[in-house]
Amino acid sequence: MERVPILKIGGVLLVSIQIDLQDQSVLALQEDLAEKISSTGAHGVVIDISAVEIVDSFIGRMFATIASISRLFDADTVVVGMRPAVAITLVELGLTLGGVRTALDLERGMKILGQLGRGRDA
Amino acid sequence: MPPRSDGPEQIPIDADDDVVRVRQLVRTYAQQTKLSLVDQTKLVTAASELARNTLIYGGGGFARVEEVSDGRRAGVRASFHDEGPGIPDLTLALADGWSSGSGLGLGLSGARRLVDQFDLDTEVGRGTVVTVTKWKR
Repeated sequence: MERVPILKIGGVLLVSIQIDLQDQSVLALQEDLAEKISSTGAHGVVIDISAVEIVDSFIGRMFATIASISRLFDADTVVVGMRPAVAITLVELGLTLGGVRTALDLERGMKILGQLGRGRDA
Repeated sequence: MPPRSDGPEQIPIDADDDVVRVRQLVRTYAQQTKLSLVDQTKLVTAASELARNTLIYGGGGFARVEEVSDGRRAGVRASFHDEGPGIPDLTLALADGWSSGSGLGLGLSGARRLVDQFDLDTEVGRGTVVTVTKWKR
């Protein structure tokens, strides 16, 4: 099973998915992220899916689960870089990903997290 | 005119990473048939849901993928075979939000929405075959 690496940039954890995700990798990523948020005290998580060709219900649910887990550690999650074909397919599949914050690209995602992070410190 | 076939390709679904291989095989066929990118994505996503069903609910099985034609247009057909417990209540299984496992209940109903043709053949105690087809527009 391939593992998805988690990078730390300041107070943000960056997950860039570059592999064809199998279910075990998805579950491992959820656990690794929970561990990492807890140990680093990160205030934000960015999941970059610009290289992801399909998001099915299992992978889609991962985004919601990661967002919920992060919330328990007082961290925000933003999913960035969704391909147009993936977005159309997700909607038709019936997955609305309510509760998961998204941004067009990594830059905007980081910006959103920066604003949320500042709000928390104030 | 009978459906044309380039010889179906068959791969086993016995483990988690087989689901990834099914996705890749279906994508290869969808690209060869020159489905649009959105249609490729829809078909591969449907295949991913159905292959996972074969693995989790059917206890494993195999997938068969082929290029087909109805005389007017080309398409890709993928079928998912298992010898699992079968589906006792089809109406319920095809309803959104219903799941016998730990899923979201979008697998079957969602997959059906993503393809042009959806056939389900199931018998309790014997197994299930789900066949989906996406036609080139």
